[in-house]
Amino acid sequence: MSAAMLVPILLVLAPLVPALASALLSGRARARNAINIAFAAFKLGVVAYALAGVEAGAFYEWRIAFVPGLDMVLRLDALALLFVTLSAVLWMATTLYAIAYLKGSAHQARFFAFFNLCVVAASGIAMSGSLITFFVFYEILTLATWPLVVHTGSAKAMAAGRTYLAYTLAGSAALLAGIVWLESGSGPVEFAAGADLSAFSPLAASMIFVLLIGGLGAKTALIPLHAWLPAAMAAPAPVSALLHAVAVVKAGAFGVVRVIYDVYGIETVAALGLGLPLAALASATILYGSLQALRQSDIKKRLAYSTVSQVSYIVLGASLAGPFAVIGGLVHLVHQGLMKITLFFGAGVLAERAGVTDIRQLDGVGRRMPVTMAAFSIAALGMIGVPPVAGFVSKWYLAIGGYQSGASWVIAVLIVSSLLNAAYFLPLLYRAWLKPAAPGLPDRNALAASRTWLLIAPGAFTAAAALGAGLFAGFELSPLSWAALIAERIYLP
Amino acid sequence: MNLLFALAGAPLAFLLASLIAGRHGARLIWIAAPVITALAFWLALETHARPQGGALGGWMPPLGIALEADGLGAVLLLTCALTASVTGLFALGRYGGARPESARRYTFWPLFYGLWAGMNAVLVSRDLFNLYVAIELLSICAVALAAFGSRQAAVNYMMIALAGSLAYLLGAVLIYAALGTLDMSLIAQRAPEARASVLIAAALITGGLMAKTALFPLHGWLPPAHGAAPTAVSALLSALVVKASFVILARVWFEGLPGLAGAGVITAFGVLGAAAIVYGSVLAITQTGLKALIAYSTVAQLGYLFLVFPLAGGGESATPWTAGAWGAMGFHLSAHMLAKAGLFLAAGLMIYGAGGGRIADLTGLARAMPVTSLAFGLCAVSLMGLPPSGGFMAKYLMLIAALASGQWHYALVILAGGLMAAAYLFKPLARLFAGTGTPAIRALPHRSMALAPLVLGAAAIALGLLSAEPYALMVSGLPEAGEAGLEEAEP
Amino acid sequence: MTELLAERGHVFALTGAALIALGFYGFMAQRAVIRRLISFNVIGSGVFLLFGGTGYSAAGVDPVPQALIITGIVVALALTAFAAALAVRLAQGGDRDDGTDDGEAGP
Repeated sequence: MSAAMLVPILLVLAPLVPALASALLSGRARARNAINIAFAAFKLGVVAYALAGVEAGAFYEWRIAFVPGLDMVLRLDALALLFVTLSAVLWMATTLYAIAYLKGSAHQARFFAFFNLCVVAASGIAMSGSLITFFVFYEILTLATWPLVVHTGSAKAMAAGRTYLAYTLAGSAALLAGIVWLESGSGPVEFAAGADLSAFSPLAASMIFVLLIGGLGAKTALIPLHAWLPAAMAAPAPVSALLHAVAVVKAGAFGVVRVIYDVYGIETVAALGLGLPLAALASATILYGSLQALRQSDIKKRLAYSTVSQVSYIVLGASLAGPFAVIGGLVHLVHQGLMKITLFFGAGVLAERAGVTDIRQLDGVGRRMPVTMAAFSIAALGMIGVPPVAGFVSKWYLAIGGYQSGASWVIAVLIVSSLLNAAYFLPLLYRAWLKPAAPGLPDRNALAASRTWLLIAPGAFTAAAALGAGLFAGFELSPLSWAALIAERIYLP
Repeated sequence: MNLLFALAGAPLAFLLASLIAGRHGARLIWIAAPVITALAFWLALETHARPQGGALGGWMPPLGIALEADGLGAVLLLTCALTASVTGLFALGRYGGARPESARRYTFWPLFYGLWAGMNAVLVSRDLFNLYVAIELLSICAVALAAFGSRQAAVNYMMIALAGSLAYLLGAVLIYAALGTLDMSLIAQRAPEARASVLIAAALITGGLMAKTALFPLHGWLPPAHGAAPTAVSALLSALVVKASFVILARVWFEGLPGLAGAGVITAFGVLGAAAIVYGSVLAITQTGLKALIAYSTVAQLGYLFLVFPLAGGGESATPWTAGAWGAMGFHLSAHMLAKAGLFLAAGLMIYGAGGGRIADLTGLARAMPVTSLAFGLCAVSLMGLPPSGGFMAKYLMLIAALASGQWHYALVILAGGLMAAAYLFKPLARLFAGTGTPAIRALPHRSMALAPLVLGAAAIALGLLSAEPYALMVSGLPEAGEAGLEEAEP
Repeated sequence: MTELLAERGHVFALTGAALIALGFYGFMAQRAVIRRLISFNVIGSGVFLLFGGTGYSAAGVDPVPQALIITGIVVALALTAFAAALAVRLAQGGDRDDGTDDGEAGP
């Protein structure tokens, strides 16, 4: 087997080993943690190797037939690698965080097994080279996430699990319907070639598009399919971090990008007149999510609605279909991941160490837990779009993209959304840094006892990465340059 | 010795051996399982090259017994061998030599091997009368095993089985009277000569086999019989026995009488299959008992099989593969064998461990019985038709065939069936994860028993990941009508 | 001679058909397990007779149905014996024999 075939396999299998090992090593936490970290590091190494290769124009592919002509294809192109890199980096961070967060809690073996399975699925989704491959990994993700959502077993968690399944499984049915309808007329669809739509009338092609996007929209949390995401907050913090930053919502958004660019193609989407309605829906989701976030006083809920809003930036960028909009959307895939995972890491630390879950309890937290809150603040500012944090870059490119595509109203949406972002994030920062400490807050000595660098460092690292992605956006191998590379390959094939 | 006769004969030999061995009979499974599975694997390899056939003692039909294995037969023989082997090894936990002395320790094993022999004989026979004998052997063992659970349910099952057998036999007799042969390929040649009488005979055969397969609305006997039986028996009945009569039915129409089925017959099969999916799923959702839920799931899952009649030959032009619906049937048969057996075994372990058979009794078992719960989950994934699993391959191929041939309504039923399957299977799954404490459970007779459903569940998943070889085998040597569709085929 | 054979074949077949009808009536009309079992046997005999009748033709007697009927009778005998035993156990022992046998032995 040549290196070109080996790379995609290794990237998918790297998390599978710790998934199995975690299940088998149920009583031996040290060995399990070591294996988890080792394989996360190994995957980072493979990703680095692949990055160098893909930038030089190579691509890696591995395929195996399901039935004659219907292949499972794992293919590393530039877009796939963007998502793979994000998932590999954040996997490492989340693994470290989860080890510290769950230390001493029950059923870690099960948690790490399904957690790693989620990473397998995310890697598979990223590298899918055909619709069927995408669907297979997409469903593995659905199934592997559910045990994490219901992990605590409380009535609230079970209810969240039910809601999650109701939305995602219905979405999957719609997605499958779209896929088989499409493939019953065009044969199996591979992303490299795109779908042959000649067998379909424009109406049928549009209906298939609606089914596909509707199915993906359930995971992307596009309105009106977003309700499961705030409910899923019952899960432990590392799960929320993973769900919001890398795995579930991103898988949906990534799928939308694939459908628009590699299944239908931008010309077809434009010819069918489907881009604009989708952009409008994404804009509505952006505004609706922000408005809802304003009304939440629970920190994790507020962050959840913020995700509803922010992930739609990716969909907006993809549906506007101009080079700059594409860059903005794709780069937001990475930037939102870095910023949102920082926020959830922070929220988890606040709840775990200081018992802070509500905004009103935040008073004075900043001086008691300076590193965590600094990271949190950087990410929050990034979400608002304050330069030089990464979020600003995304919004800037999206705005230019909207202008280029003749949809100047997008700029208005972005401005309003940023104002709303500010309205729901700044009060948090104000309370944390400028207000005197609330009486219920543990004092420094009490906090020192629960201080472990493993819990704090991942958040600090991702915050630094979000800052760096914005500051050094112009450098080679920055997320922005990489997104530009992808856009270049889309528009100048 | 021909491989086909070895496969049909080996379980019979073990039947005799287990009778002779008395209280050591249980241990024979350690020999039977690897031997028969290896034979089936060997046959699959041979069939991959060309279809296998042979006549016993050189006597050709009509007086001699000729056997045949096409690709579908070979795949099902192998799946059946795997399912029966694992279930047999599992049964050691209840009927093994180390268990307390009981009459059933002696009676289980001959019946088990008899059932296995009947399955194998059905899968390799192409003669209506041989099929009759084979399915009678299968039925009598199945009813006797069902009586381990509830005698009343077994008697009801027996009545249906007997009535079905007699209808089948009468149909076979009428075919002989009209065509002077009972051999499938000869029937196919001569059937157009006496269309009317053959159709009456076919109706009798179909009715009889539908009752034995428990196709809606003739399913009433199945849930009590499968739900009340001991664990290993439920697995055998639900995974294997009902498939045998379906395979005969498919062979009669696709191999024996292609081109004879009019649109009405085909639609009737499709409508009944769709009704079974909906009705079985709805009833499964409403169950509170775990085994009853799984039994009703069988009623629903059997409905999918009957969709092959309308879907065969469905617009293969758009796809690079041929005979999608036929392959879907093969995947569904094999995946359901593995997954349903695994589900019943896992359910049996959980019910034993928790000490109660209601879904509510399962609360928190994922913490107390993680391996069994994982096995239950894997089997459930395949039954829901979610990837990656053999059940998904079946669903995907069926959906493509339905849409490519413009039969939207079947696609909708299949999709709805998948969602309903998720609705009823996530009910017990959610209970497994619910609660915060770890419940105390009764220790299993042997720890490795939990591996049995895990093996079956993993096999059902693997069937969907490594599906290329099984698919190639399933469609090798398929009847012409399986590729072209029932109506299009030349009689 | 040959006409006689064909004639006899018709008689067998018609008698068989009558037996099937009779047995079917019994199956529908009776509820008791043993009576239904007897009805099945009547139907079975009718089917075998019908089968035998089809072997008679002007050309002579076809041995194939006779060979198969023998097999069929053996199968029917075995089934009947088993069914009768099951019916007796159901009448004597109830629906299931809990506790006496393997209830606690294993899952």
